[in-house]
Amino acid sequence: MLLAPIIWVLTVVICYFFIAKTWWFPPPINDHGLAYDAQFMRTLVVVGVIFFLAQFALGWVIMKFRNDGGRAQYSHGNNKLETLWTSATAILFLGLVVMGTKIWAGVHFDEAPPDAIPIEVMAKQFAFNFRYAGADGKFGHTELRLINDANGDPFGMDPKDPAGKDDIISASLKIPVGKPIKLLLHSRDVIHNFFVPELRMKQDIVPGMEIPLHFQADKIGVYEVPCSELCGLGHFQMHTTMQVMSEADFEQWKATQLANK
Amino acid sequence: MASPSTHTAHHAPEGFIRKYIFSVDHKVIGIQYYFLGLFSVFLGMSLSLLMRFHMVNPNTVVKWFGTLWPTAAAGGIMTPELYLSLMTMHGTIMVFFVLTTVPQSGFGNYFLPIQIGAEDMAFPVLNMMSFWTTFLALVVMVAAFFVQGGAPLAGWTAYPPLSGAGPLTGPGEGMGQNLWILSIAIFCGASLMGAINFIATTVDLRCKGMTLMRMPLTCWTWLVTAILGLLGFAVLLAAGVLLLLDRTVGTSFFLPAGLYINDHIIADHKGGSPLLWQHLFWFFGHPEVYIAILPGMGVASQLLSTFSRKPIFGYKAMVYAILSIGFLGFLVWGHHMFMSGMNPYSAMAFATLTMCIGVPSAIKTFNWIGTLWGGKIHFTTAMMFALGFVSLFVTGGVSGIFLGQPALDLYFHDTYFVVGHFHMIMGVAAIFGMFAGTFYWFPKMFGKMMNETLGKIHFYCTFIGVYCIFTPMHYAGLAGNPRRYSDFSNVAYLAPVMPLHHFMTYAAYFTASVQLIFLFNLVWSMWKGPKAPVNPWNATTLEWTVPSPPPFDNFAGVHPVVYHGAYEYGVPGAATDFIMQTDPTVVPSSGH
Repeated sequence: MLLAPIIWVLTVVICYFFIAKTWWFPPPINDHGLAYDAQFMRTLVVVGVIFFLAQFALGWVIMKFRNDGGRAQYSHGNNKLETLWTSATAILFLGLVVMGTKIWAGVHFDEAPPDAIPIEVMAKQFAFNFRYAGADGKFGHTELRLINDANGDPFGMDPKDPAGKDDIISASLKIPVGKPIKLLLHSRDVIHNFFVPELRMKQDIVPGMEIPLHFQADKIGVYEVPCSELCGLGHFQMHTTMQVMSEADFEQWKATQLANK
Repeated sequence: MASPSTHTAHHAPEGFIRKYIFSVDHKVIGIQYYFLGLFSVFLGMSLSLLMRFHMVNPNTVVKWFGTLWPTAAAGGIMTPELYLSLMTMHGTIMVFFVLTTVPQSGFGNYFLPIQIGAEDMAFPVLNMMSFWTTFLALVVMVAAFFVQGGAPLAGWTAYPPLSGAGPLTGPGEGMGQNLWILSIAIFCGASLMGAINFIATTVDLRCKGMTLMRMPLTCWTWLVTAILGLLGFAVLLAAGVLLLLDRTVGTSFFLPAGLYINDHIIADHKGGSPLLWQHLFWFFGHPEVYIAILPGMGVASQLLSTFSRKPIFGYKAMVYAILSIGFLGFLVWGHHMFMSGMNPYSAMAFATLTMCIGVPSAIKTFNWIGTLWGGKIHFTTAMMFALGFVSLFVTGGVSGIFLGQPALDLYFHDTYFVVGHFHMIMGVAAIFGMFAGTFYWFPKMFGKMMNETLGKIHFYCTFIGVYCIFTPMHYAGLAGNPRRYSDFSNVAYLAPVMPLHHFMTYAAYFTASVQLIFLFNLVWSMWKGPKAPVNPWNATTLEWTVPSPPPFDNFAGVHPVVYHGAYEYGVPGAATDFIMQTDPTVVPSSGH
């Protein structure tokens, strides 16, 4: 029967690319990423074994139990087996969720450390913008009617508010290496999403809500940030970068931005 | 259980229009639904081919694109907004007019009454209205292509504010999006009528001896699907009305204050919540997944038992699995929203319940393999598709174990991993269930046999083809490939993924073209196929006791009486290797 070998070959090919890692995650750049990858591998092993055994078994019964005349075994099932595999899958599946809880908690239940650098994110069709509070640690007041995209102000900064004098606006995210960061995610039109594959982290940006997201990046480099929630015709072009710099470079960058303001 | 005699027999109608167009015969209505679905699946598939073409050739000039869409593809180059319209319509047409329509309203309408020994559905006129309302919904949906701005681009999930704030958010968000919502609302109405009919029929019209635990598993899945439809479509209908009100009369159910869209301050909306839509939508949308797949599970169970000549392994466990999938299906909608900004603590509850729903799905897979074990498998085309269903169900199901964990969803949400997952399970697995049902029931529906050679060629090509289209999507997802991108060239890390996209596109061309074999087989067999006997598969259920095709009132005035469960194959000591449900022979060892 041709079907059995076809199922086996497909199974082996599918498993091969997961083992060969031909298309794979980019390397992680923090502890959360390492924990994520460990949880992914645990799940991959469990899922891989279930997948392989189930497909192999399907192929095997197709091979083995072809009609060769005569009667099939008469059986309506087996309650013991039924109980066994029900509890086995329940334990396995729920165990995986429990093991992943810590990772989720680290992102969402734990508060950002008090010294985390706050950065306000403003997403719009079809760009990200980032605002730094400056030396006073305060974001200046903003208003919708003051928005001036052409002038590089997608936030609508109020020129009369002294707290905003030292705020910096940037079209890409610049952060210092190894420091906790706290993003405050805002959208002014539709839903967007902040995603950095290397951070193993993703969060929708919803208009009308301020969603916090904290993390730190431990490896200097430039990482891509593609929008990951459908936001309109330019969704595929909504893209920025996250540059992780040494602390000195970061301070230098801020100083230059402020001087050029 | 009402006695069949209380159900007033109606007479066969005269004239073409009452017989074939505005028919109240559940069999004609079932076939009408089937052909509505067949039209829709080819339409939806064509849209996906255009999408696959564009993803790998975003800047290629194709003259007839410009002819077909003078604005959205001016000069023959497809715009990103056209891509998104095609994507929205592909998803919508496939989910609503194919996956919801064919397995339940098509096969269910035709075979539920016959399998339980009834002469029609409980409410034949409502049944006719339900079909024509669905037809109207399809007309309105397709009309969205032809209005100014074209079809909407907000995806089949239509998240506001993108779908709620009017034409400012993009082309297609004017009249196109209004028609989309209107069509979905009409469709909801049709589905509610159908659901009530299915439930009433199953509860009231079972013939003498047809206890619930003797029903074929197909009937159980149709019943539970109808309950899901009744509860789910009611909520979607309400959500659709609210969204339409937001768009047309200025309410703010889903639109918050402080919007600034496309250089305009939106001053006339405040206080709404974009997340409210997502909760309402997925409260329908997750059960919808089971609406699409449960009838396929029923068909697979029926066929695996019939063609391995063995009783179904663990009938009761299967029934309980169907019921718990139906129940849990309403408690897991939040797993679509892990990244949405909802309370992160609720994610843990939704994740736990999601893993729980994996358990009955796993039970079903074990029981299918248990059914085949020790069988004498007859490899008809129908059986091949049922076996293919099991393989695809496993492949599509296991990737859910990654996505059901909020922690892992931090990376996979809205990547191609998700696209691969749901296409495998609710797309192609469900469609394999439909192919299996088609090859199995065609002889009864049309009185002719389909061609087995063409059937098997079509099966092998499709089986390999769908694996080649949808497996690579998982690899693209591993590499972080976002979904709903019309062009990948803006993201540098996607360059190594492009060969996968080329491969998937070729696989899609191949798989789509072999569907013509199926179409040919279907049409040709209808006219030229050999005449079908009453029971070509030596199956036990009631539809195989009546002529092919059955008379108007199904049982020609006879009231069938049922003595056994639906899967008495290979009973030791019996004269044949199958005992019809209507056969009074005593089966000593039968469990039910």
